[in-house]
This record gives sequence, C-alpha cells and structure tokens, in this order.
Amino acid sequence: MSSGPQAQVTLAPPAPVFARRTLADRESVLGPLMLAPALVYVILLVGVPFVLAILLSFSSATAGSLDFNWVGLRNFTRLLSDPQFHRSLGNTLRFMLVSQVLVMVLAVTAAHVLDAAFVGKRLVRSLLLLPWAAPVALASMAWVWIFDSTFSVVNWTLKVLGLLPGWLYWFGEPGLATVAIITVHVWRMFPFATVIVLAGMSAIPQDIREAAVVDGAGFFRRLFHVNLPMLLPVVTVAVLFGVVFTATDFSVVWLLTRGGPYNSTHVLATLAFQRGILGANLGEGAAVALFLLPVLLVAAVVMLRLARRAEVGT
Amino acid sequence: MTGRAVLRGAKRVALYTAAAVFTVFAVFPFYWMFLTAFKQNRDLYVGATNLQHVPWIFNDPPTLDHVRLLFFGTPYLVWVKNTALVGLAVVAITLGVAVPAGYSLARLAGRWGERLGIGIFLTYLVPPTLLFIPFARVISLLGLQNKLGALVLVYPTFTIPFCTWLMMGFFRSVPRDLEEQAMIDGYSRLAVIGKVVLPLAVPGMLTVVIFAFTLVLQEFVYALTFISQVERMTLSLGVPVALVRGDVFYWGSLMAACLITSVPIAVVYSSFIDRFIAGLTAGAIKG
Repeated sequence: MSSGPQAQVTLAPPAPVFARRTLADRESVLGPLMLAPALVYVILLVGVPFVLAILLSFSSATAGSLDFNWVGLRNFTRLLSDPQFHRSLGNTLRFMLVSQVLVMVLAVTAAHVLDAAFVGKRLVRSLLLLPWAAPVALASMAWVWIFDSTFSVVNWTLKVLGLLPGWLYWFGEPGLATVAIITVHVWRMFPFATVIVLAGMSAIPQDIREAAVVDGAGFFRRLFHVNLPMLLPVVTVAVLFGVVFTATDFSVVWLLTRGGPYNSTHVLATLAFQRGILGANLGEGAAVALFLLPVLLVAAVVMLRLARRAEVGT
Repeated sequence: MTGRAVLRGAKRVALYTAAAVFTVFAVFPFYWMFLTAFKQNRDLYVGATNLQHVPWIFNDPPTLDHVRLLFFGTPYLVWVKNTALVGLAVVAITLGVAVPAGYSLARLAGRWGERLGIGIFLTYLVPPTLLFIPFARVISLLGLQNKLGALVLVYPTFTIPFCTWLMMGFFRSVPRDLEEQAMIDGYSRLAVIGKVVLPLAVPGMLTVVIFAFTLVLQEFVYALTFISQVERMTLSLGVPVALVRGDVFYWGSLMAACLITSVPIAVVYSSFIDRFIAGLTAGAIKG
C-alpha cells in the first residue's frame, strides 16, 4: 500500500480517464436525472389528482362548469344521511369480505392440488390462470350472458337436475344479483391468489415438510401447523391485493347490474361514477370515492411492514 | 396392504376430481364464449325453459356469421386500431420512464433507493376508482375528452409504478461485478448501462412491454369516463358498451369479440405471470 514507486505506477495512467469523466460518470447527477421522469410523472399524475380528489370532495364542483366552490363538509354530511350511500358502503365491504374468504379457501385448496404431482398439471395450471389474465370487462360480459334472464345456462342446468322449482332472475333480484357479483369476483381473483400461495409453498424448505411427514403429522395437522403458518406472509400479500382489487372494483358491478336492481347492488366505485360522472356532481362523487381511502391506507401500511421485514431479513 | 392401496387410489381420485372441478370453473365462461360465438341464432336463442334443447353443445352446425358481422358490420376493427395505438404509445412512455428509473433506484440512489422504490410501488395501490373524478376535470381542462390522447396521458399512471418496481428487481439481479469490471476497463457509467446492463435486462424489458400492453387492454374505468364517441373507443370499452343496439345485445358477435380479444391476451399474460407474481410478493417470499 505504502510503497512509493508502485503508487506512482497506478497514478500515472488516469489522465485520459479523468478527461472522460463527464456527466456520463457522475453518479450523483446521473441517479436523480434518470429517476426524475418517473418521479415527475407520479407526482403530477397521481399525487396532484389525488390531492384534487380530496379538494373536490369539499366543493360543489360540477362537470359542466369549471368553477370551484368550497362547501366544507356538506357533501359528507349529506352522504352520511343518504340510505343509498349506506347501502353502497355496506355492499363494498360485504362483496369484499365474502369473496375474499371464498377466494382464500379455494386458493389454498387449489394450491395444494397443484402442488401434488399428477398428469396434466402444467395444462391445469395455465388454464386456471385464464380468468385472471382475461380483460375483466370482456369476461364480465360473458357472465352477463351466462346469467341472462331468459337464456341462462345456469337455470337450464339446475332445472334439468331437478334442483330449481321456479325461475331465477339473476339481475332482477338483489339477493341473486349479489350472488352473481360475488361469483364473478371469486372466479376472477382465485387464480391470482392460487399462484401466489403456490409460489409461497414452493419456498417452504423441503426438509421442514418432510420432517412433519416423518413425525407422523396428518394432512390437516400439516396444513394448519406447518404450511399455513409458514405461508402467512404470502397469504397476506394475496389477501391484500384481493382486498384492494375487489374493494375498488368498478367494472364487474357496473357491467353486471349497473348498481341495480333498484340501486341495491351499488358499491362505492359505481355510486361515485353515477353521482360524479353521470350525475355531473363531481364534488359528491369525489366524496363517495374518498371512503375507499381507509381500505387503501391499511393495505399500504401492511405492504410497508412486509417490505421492511424483507429489508431486515436479507 | 390392500387397504392402503385403496386409500391411495381414493386420494388420486380426489386429486383429479379437485383439479377437474377447478379447471371447469375457471374455463367455463371461455367455453361459453366459444359456443355462443359459433352457434346459429336458432340454436342460440332457445329459452332455458326448453329442457329438451341442450345448450351445452352445438345442436346445429357451427357458423361464422357472428364473426363476419363483428369484423365487417361493427366498429370492432377500429377499436383494435385504437387499442394498438394507445398500447404502443403507453408502452413507449413506460419503457422510456421506468427503465432508467428502475436502474437508478437499484444502483445509483443508495439507501434512499429502496424507500423511494417502495413509495413508487405504493402508488400502484391508488386505484382508478379514486382518481377518475379528478381526472375527469383535468381532462376537460386540457380539452382531451373523446381523444385517445387522454388515455395515453393517464394510463402510464398505473404502468409506470409497477414497471419501475419490476425493472428495479431486474437490475438488482444483474451482478454488480460485471458493471464494476467494465468501469475499471475505462467505460463510463452510462456506457456500462448501454453496453452491459441493458442487453442483460432485455427479458425484463420484454416483461414490461407485455404488462404495460395487457394493463392497457384491461382498463375500463378511465376509458368509460373519458370516451363516449364510438369511433374513439378501445376494445375493452367498445365491446361491452357499444356492441348493443338499443336494448338488443348481439350476443354471438359480442362473445366472438370477447373470445378473440381475451384468449390471446390471456395466453401471453399467463406465460409471464410468474414474473408478475415475483414482483408483487417481493418481500413476502424469501428466495
């Protein structure tokens, strides 16, 4: 290190290197410069509209004119005494909870099936992914047709099996419409959750699984005492995205029922659209949508925790 | 011994049954699109009260009438063109913004990189549902209603956060030694990125292209909010909204459109899904 001649030998050549040390080499400039477009985009087109969403909810803005009147909490107080809003809030939570419970049961089961060895496994796996990958608006139209009031194949099949004495008007009755909406949510989300859980299962060390088998643990003991506890973080991620996607969903409810019959299946997203865009009352629409914020905040906090865990873990 | 064999046999049967049930549930709507798209009308529009007529199969020979009507009697091809234009523009913007940002976060931003990366990723959780109302105002201020430009402007808000996160993961997996070696050889950082890092990140960029494009194809809320003119619609808006005349649905053509549009996307998408999942679960799975 300290031998003079050697140090001189290494010092001699750098001259041309220094000459080339321009912008292309200054990482303190290059780093922010490369990041800037993404940050600017996100701040201008997510951050600003987000703030605007909050501001609009305190205003009486309409789609037609461009003025902006501050009305304080009026939109919110009006909503809190609006039975249709209560119904929408309840529906959002109900659709989300019921579909997520079903999704997780199906996903853990399907992941265990796909984890076992059988002929045609790869094919089954890729077919299971179809509902998640297909555009949701188009898939919803297929379900609209499946649940059609005169041509429903579901009704035909139930009739033939002798399980249906009367007739099911799927979108004509609040209870049935709810069943239809939840069916589509479950259909769409369970493949996604299955793949996540499966990825988590393959990350469980093989020796732990084998040790449980050797120790004589049965299937359910292994499931509840080994697999599920080890899967917890990954199941959390699956639930988290499931919750965010179903709670904020607009397309499925809008295309299946338009919030009907008699406005009984509106969720926050569709009600916000109806009031804010179709009804041109931007302020009230923004206020409705803002009630989704608590769900998103919880999701963000859990995400941050998981990310921190990973940071500490590695 | 035979008891055990029976048990094992029963387990196999249960396994295959479960696999079959899941597959049928997942595939059934696509099978239904297929049947509807190619059935003749007199085979299609038979009320479900007629129990003698089995709707699960072709009772009459299949027909191409609905597909023909879709291509030549509806604006379907215009929507394909619009979707392709918007998709290409959004993919270009996303690549141009997310790739440098991903590299910067992975290599140049130091310990802030991780946090900023998570911050950008979290914006992916801010859903269109929350933003379409303020955007409605922004778009009308900019005079972009009924213009594809509105979609090109807004769609990167969800492709950029996710793709930046994906690219960050990709660049992390490029061995640092390679880059350092090249810099010792006298290349500048920028030259290293161009000559060493980017060629290695091609699979990552391909993933970004696929995801940005499929996310565009999937989007519905913004399109519905900004576009009301039929000739300006994209596929995911036009097919469910504008293939209805009055109250009459053209189910044959509608299902043909759904089938032709979603199956190719689904196939491409599912071949890339493992990377998507790896991006979402980074942190929850330690590999």
